[in-house]
Amino acid sequence: MGILDSKVPSGPLAEKWTKHKNDINLVNPANKRNIDIIIVGTGLAGASAAATLAELGYNVKTFCYQDSPRRAHSIAAQGGINAAKNYQGDGDSPYRLFYDTIKGGDYRSREANVYRLAEESVNIIDQCVAQGVPFAREYGGLLDNRSFGGVLVSRTFYAKGQTGQQLLLGAYAAMNRQIHRGKIKSYTRHEMLDVVLVDGKARGIIARDLITGEIQRHSAHAVVLATGGYGNVFFLSTNAMGSNVTSAWRAHRRGAFFANPCFTQIHPTCIPVSGDHQSKLTLMSESLRNDGRIWVPKKPEDAQAIREGKLKPTQIPEEDRDYYLERRYPAFGNLVPRDVASRAAKERCDAGFGVNKTGEAVYLDFASAIQRYGKEKAMTSGIKDPDKETITLLGEEVIAAKYGNLFQMYEKIVDENPYKTPMMIYPAVHYTMGGLWVDYNLQTTIPGCYCTGEANFSDHGANRLGASALMQGLADGYFVLPYTIGDYLSDDIRTGPISTDSEAFEKTEAEVRERLQRIVDAKGKNPVDYYHKKLGKIMWNKCGMSRNAKELKEAIDEIAVLRKDFYENVLVPGSMDGMNTELEKAGRVADFLELGELFAKDALERNESCGGHFREEYQTEEGEALRDDKNFSFVSAWEYKGEPRDAVLHREDLLFENVELKTRSYK
Amino acid sequence: MNLLLKIWRQKDGNSKGKLVDYPISDIEGDMSFLEMLDVLNQGLIEQGEEPVVFDHDCREGICGSCSLMINGEPHGPDRLITTCQLHMRRFRDGDTIVIEPFRATAFPVIKDLMVDRTAFDRIQQAGGYISVNTSGHTVDANAIPIEKEKADESFNAAACIGCGACVAACKNASAMLFTSAKVSQFALLPQGRVEATERVQNMVRQMDLEGFGNCTNTGACEVECPKGISLENIARMNREYLMATTKG
Repeated sequence: MGILDSKVPSGPLAEKWTKHKNDINLVNPANKRNIDIIIVGTGLAGASAAATLAELGYNVKTFCYQDSPRRAHSIAAQGGINAAKNYQGDGDSPYRLFYDTIKGGDYRSREANVYRLAEESVNIIDQCVAQGVPFAREYGGLLDNRSFGGVLVSRTFYAKGQTGQQLLLGAYAAMNRQIHRGKIKSYTRHEMLDVVLVDGKARGIIARDLITGEIQRHSAHAVVLATGGYGNVFFLSTNAMGSNVTSAWRAHRRGAFFANPCFTQIHPTCIPVSGDHQSKLTLMSESLRNDGRIWVPKKPEDAQAIREGKLKPTQIPEEDRDYYLERRYPAFGNLVPRDVASRAAKERCDAGFGVNKTGEAVYLDFASAIQRYGKEKAMTSGIKDPDKETITLLGEEVIAAKYGNLFQMYEKIVDENPYKTPMMIYPAVHYTMGGLWVDYNLQTTIPGCYCTGEANFSDHGANRLGASALMQGLADGYFVLPYTIGDYLSDDIRTGPISTDSEAFEKTEAEVRERLQRIVDAKGKNPVDYYHKKLGKIMWNKCGMSRNAKELKEAIDEIAVLRKDFYENVLVPGSMDGMNTELEKAGRVADFLELGELFAKDALERNESCGGHFREEYQTEEGEALRDDKNFSFVSAWEYKGEPRDAVLHREDLLFENVELKTRSYK
Repeated sequence: MNLLLKIWRQKDGNSKGKLVDYPISDIEGDMSFLEMLDVLNQGLIEQGEEPVVFDHDCREGICGSCSLMINGEPHGPDRLITTCQLHMRRFRDGDTIVIEPFRATAFPVIKDLMVDRTAFDRIQQAGGYISVNTSGHTVDANAIPIEKEKADESFNAAACIGCGACVAACKNASAMLFTSAKVSQFALLPQGRVEATERVQNMVRQMDLEGFGNCTNTGACEVECPKGISLENIARMNREYLMATTKG
């Protein structure tokens, strides 16, 4: 086991980042023109980095598998973005945002990174407003805020339920400006299939043009992976259909350590699974927990009657409802962090109180919010003694203005009107805190290979708080990477263009071709989805919301068997030439089949419960997570050694100099 | 339910395409339209045939990848949703469903139901931004108060997902709704006014270069737009354009 150097600068917490920026090497503007950077992925982290690096003068090439950079899955983020602006005057500060994030992550993230994130959060909002991002505003013309889970202040900026869309379109617009200037060359419908190392440094990638099938070599002085998370290893998740781990995994196989793969966020408020045909799950924004109350029936017989369709939720009187989050966590109530809310829902459903046909759903109820808002609206509209109908109508209008698009989305999928009957929700895989290990400069263990956004492991520890993924993506891309990468590139000002006519490129390209050919040649009997669904079932049942040593061991073996079967019996029609969507999927599933095994191994070796990682063997009498700071206060960074199960552990010890490690309590 | 699908199959941009019949059975109402196509494709793959290619990604109505003309309507018969949000309960047992790609000169077919919409990106590249640097520190966000009504209207225009349904619905294959949505988003904000003149001229020029048709105010785009982008944006863009050209 090796020990990793995080390269965290010395000095007091609040001064580290400024000091670091003053200490690192810069590249002079004229020399930036001679340096090429490849960025893979054009979500918030990739698009923002591309825009800023191009603006600084570097030559940037971006790659995305979608037909336009604007379609990356950051677009689907709903609720908002945190920033310690303290516009509400409720006592917020960068320190509080830092503290909430460290605590929310269950003390498994790096202090210095998280503080930097909190510090930069305020710049993000200024930047985005200057770019014309239409955030929600109050009648006075200033920016509006709302609150999210796990915090006691209102610091979330938002654009209805489409915050991710608006932020991504802002970053996409900034990219477009640089494309227009010729500083970014954008490759769309291209997929990175490997990273190329020349003399131990990342110097390019092998990519496949998804339209022509052509395998291409692209060189650069540094490679940035901003390729998002690996939630699709579960098959069903809130990720986009194309979201994948391939870039990160390929870099892992070439020497980048993979950190905390088992830290996965299961989001509490998603639309429940309806049947076997299901291809993906849809999130209902956490912002709904500002106004929705979560409950299940108190009596098992009521729950059963509901499941059988004999009883409606609206028929259950108030005293027979169990608002279990308010009951268990009076201080935070419905706004407990995601991991806590998810486990509490699972606990109630496992105990037999679940409400839809499958018994795997709880209610999210807006009836009391509708009444509360209706009364307020009636008063401000000067309506005296309004009747119940008027109040309900007015209240529904307020709710529609706040969450209209989410309610519409729910109604379309479930075919029920959530204004009249409570929503049904259940936890689903949403975000992965784990990812490629990076140091303070966001560099992986491959020199010249950087990783930003969800794809890296960095800032969220074992559990991410709501509205902080967008914050991290943009902070990494706009404000962190463009500085830190300069320190590395300052050694490259005399290097000149990197040739793709080298042995390293040739060899890596040959290996990519061989890998794809092997999949195409299998010509077995099972389509790719067959394997993906099987893998997803193993992951959900044995590496999901709660885990134990026995099942994790089983998962490791089952995944290895499934992977072997995949290479022997997968059926991909067509060839490597031209467009082949099944081949694209097969390549991604092949990598998931390796990652899944490492995921289970990581979960097995972390003998504690923390954040989203809940080991049944380690819990308190009340069923709360039991952390083991003495033995597990470290980042697990895995080195690839041939088979995922043979990976070697390196640890980065987490030092807490500014916060006291406490049992996380939201009671 | 049992259905007859008539699907446009086309090998690539250089080949001729045609409608092919695919009977399909055991479709449930809770399936989304794209999940129904997944079922069809699994069957085709198992028979060793090439699956039907179509664009899709987020499957929650926001990325703008999915398209499809379903019985002659972009994103199918329902209003204010994308194809991925359309559910099979909208159809009846025994229905015939004709599925074609979005058609426009500026959207050439790549394969089957997948078209090339990069013309939209090039329109955005011509001017769909505010030219501020992203690496620096700008003024405090609350230093620019914006009337709530204006901010909301700007948001409504910015909600465009760039799917191209407006172009597919238009008999002239015009991209005016798409282009005007971006022009409007910035025209309504004080930050965007600074470059308003150049922006509208550059974006309209690129729109014309891409081969999109003109607007004759039929309003089909607004009706079919999954995000309800208003026709008023086109009027606003025309005003902006007129102001820009008279300014010189």
